[in-house]
Amino acid sequence: MKPRHKRLALILGGLAALGLAAVLVLSAFQKNLVFFFTPTQILAGEAPQNRSFRMGGMVVKNSLVRQADGVTMSFLVTDTVQTLRVNYHGMLPDLFKEGKGVVTQGKLDQNHLFVADEVLAKHDENYMPPDAAYALKKAGEAKQAAAAKATRISYTPQSAP
Amino acid sequence: MIPELGNFSLMLALSLALAQGVLPIAGSFTGNRRWMDLARPLAAGIMLFVTFSFGVLVYSFVVNDFSVAYVEANSNSTLPLYYRVAGTWGGHEGSLLLWVQMLSLWMFAVALFSRQLSRETVARVLGVMGLIGVGLMAFMLFTSNPFDRLLPAAPDGHDLNPLLQDFGMIIHPPLLYMGYVGFSVAFSFALAALMGGQLDATWARWSRPWTLMAWVFLTLGIFVGSFWAYYELGWGGWWFWDAVENASFMPWLVGTALIHSLAVTEKRGSFKNWTVLLAIITFSLSLLGTFLVRSGVLTSVHAFATDPRRGLFILIFLAIVIGGALTLYAWRAPKVGLGGRFSLFSRESMLLVNNVLLLTTAGTVLLGTLYPLFLDALGLAKISVGPPYFEAVFVPLMLPVLFLMAPAMFMRWKHSSLTEIVKRLRWVALGSVLTGLLLSLALATSVMAAAGLTLAAWIMLATLSHVAQRLQHFPAGTPVLNRLRSVPRSYWGMVIAHLGLAVFVIGVTLVKGLESSSDVSMHLGDTTSIAGYEVRLTDLTEVKGPNYVAAQGTFVVSQATVSGVKVIAVLKPEKRVFTVQQMPMTDAAIDRGLFRDIYISLGDAISDDTWAVRVQCKPFVSWIWGGSILIALGGLLALLDRRYRLATQKSPQAVAQSVTVASVIVVE
Repeated sequence: MKPRHKRLALILGGLAALGLAAVLVLSAFQKNLVFFFTPTQILAGEAPQNRSFRMGGMVVKNSLVRQADGVTMSFLVTDTVQTLRVNYHGMLPDLFKEGKGVVTQGKLDQNHLFVADEVLAKHDENYMPPDAAYALKKAGEAKQAAAAKATRISYTPQSAP
Repeated sequence: MIPELGNFSLMLALSLALAQGVLPIAGSFTGNRRWMDLARPLAAGIMLFVTFSFGVLVYSFVVNDFSVAYVEANSNSTLPLYYRVAGTWGGHEGSLLLWVQMLSLWMFAVALFSRQLSRETVARVLGVMGLIGVGLMAFMLFTSNPFDRLLPAAPDGHDLNPLLQDFGMIIHPPLLYMGYVGFSVAFSFALAALMGGQLDATWARWSRPWTLMAWVFLTLGIFVGSFWAYYELGWGGWWFWDAVENASFMPWLVGTALIHSLAVTEKRGSFKNWTVLLAIITFSLSLLGTFLVRSGVLTSVHAFATDPRRGLFILIFLAIVIGGALTLYAWRAPKVGLGGRFSLFSRESMLLVNNVLLLTTAGTVLLGTLYPLFLDALGLAKISVGPPYFEAVFVPLMLPVLFLMAPAMFMRWKHSSLTEIVKRLRWVALGSVLTGLLLSLALATSVMAAAGLTLAAWIMLATLSHVAQRLQHFPAGTPVLNRLRSVPRSYWGMVIAHLGLAVFVIGVTLVKGLESSSDVSMHLGDTTSIAGYEVRLTDLTEVKGPNYVAAQGTFVVSQATVSGVKVIAVLKPEKRVFTVQQMPMTDAAIDRGLFRDIYISLGDAISDDTWAVRVQCKPFVSWIWGGSILIALGGLLALLDRRYRLATQKSPQAVAQSVTVASVIVVE
């Protein structure tokens, strides 16, 4: 084999490896990327139906209910505008607390019940998971915008429809 | 007053590092001997001042000086002494100081053990290390100074995060950082070679043990981290593909490629360019990893917005180091050349494939780690990339790496024939397929697990058969002990590390394939069963630790045997509440075994005498740890090879002699 051919073969081999990696990455991305939605977005129908995604916000105080088997839990998560019920079978992480931020991963069923297969709490000193903080912030902004709108409307003379 | 001394000492170290980064390198180009000769004493000076500064921070922790903001944030007067010491690297600022401490130690070691190098090379290597030190120390002094005061002083500290209050915290960060920073030696040496425009076998021979040492530390660091996460996080996972873990795994992957590529450069003079590039990438990833974990960017990319100086500094520093190194590489690498030629079917080409695959894998991990951060920073979407992505990409890329390990060992340098390899490996192939099949039938595993077991057997049998072949190549009648002894240690290192990888693969395959877990609510006296074991909750008590109170359950694990029920273990998992931060923590109890771990953790109290409990059986988890230790041990053996020592200690005659001996062994 001539050196030129050899170099060509090596380059082709390298490209093949890269191509394989690219295919793997793309297909894995397509199947496994997990998107994040706030309760408001979910109730507005933005979240996918048969696909796992993440949802976060604050656990509503006194909303945690434990079913008879002791290890199936149900609680409410709110972003202060909208609230969603979450069902979860398993152990809650140590940092899970009512009135604190939480992020869960799972699927939405037809009745707007979020069936979580994972409840996340970052193992660092920040109690508020960043995604949950984001959900609250976004809802807060929406509320403010709505409030601003409401004020403006009230000062505008309204004609009867 | 004392913290100010530490601060002052760090400033002095920074100015020495500035001199170190400029004068010796400038001297090496102008031929100014006095400037070049400054490199070693400056390295010693930096080491002394940084060590003093580090000592001061440790002292501030030990004496509970809560007027230092960093101590207040990471310690408390009720914290036991050893955790107060470990608290030194419990946060961002102190970790950076630990990093610089490690850098100064490596730098000093290079200054001590570089007698056989030319004056120019020493000046350049230490100069580059000095420049890295300048960047890190300036970052600390300008944006995150561990000696900042808190006035008035706090009455008591915020406490160290309870999750960090563990023996793992004492050894994991130092080991990991020794590894990260150790790659700066290979990096600096690569840059020095690029500056000089020449790179020969001496270069590879000299930087190989250093790289191996850094790699061994990194391997151990990752292993300890994983081992720690397994028992400390309380839920039995050992690898989460978390960004923090990926940050240490990426340099490991490329570092692994680097030590293999260095071997080729040392033995055959090939891959020169490539080795230099790998050295640059490995250290760049180490640097990226340090900042990724320690900048707060993972907690929230918007943390950068609250203190833009840090983020900006990091980005500029990374751009200078990585961009500068790559520019130098693009400019000078053609001069270094690729080195010796080899055929498509040779050990070199096998190692090249291994290198490309490892590098590609590191690239996919990097993509999965940074992509969500980019999207978030640009405000496009909030996504997360979890274990499913990494597993889907990592496993297919690793399968060929594992498969090619066996033929690569049997290939000759330069050129090999396919028929010879097939002849050598046919029994190994048959044996491994049989072993894999029988084992997976016996254990009733999935097809994927059967493939994993077959690959592990393939590597093991091939390695052992290679050893057997190697030991035959002696004159008849040579005693076995002599045969064993005359094989170089680096060969044994390779054998042990590869066997370790096979053991590791077995562990991962079987844990993934056979683990079982059940979440149950248990009343006092209740029994549950898992994987053939009976677990009974016999007692619930309250216990008090030095800085926590805990609920403790007593579980009796038993197994029915022919001769009756046998008690296997009594496990006492706890749910601790740390008094200062009021933070609860799960402290799991594990009965470790060679073939399975039984892992019990307490969830929440449902009532006074009923708890939610997770009971797990994890087969072959110990093999993951055992395999990791073997891999590190292999690296250690390789680095203790005689040829690295003889060259530094013995007279030239002895060196010549040992070289002849070595070449005889290589030629055999």
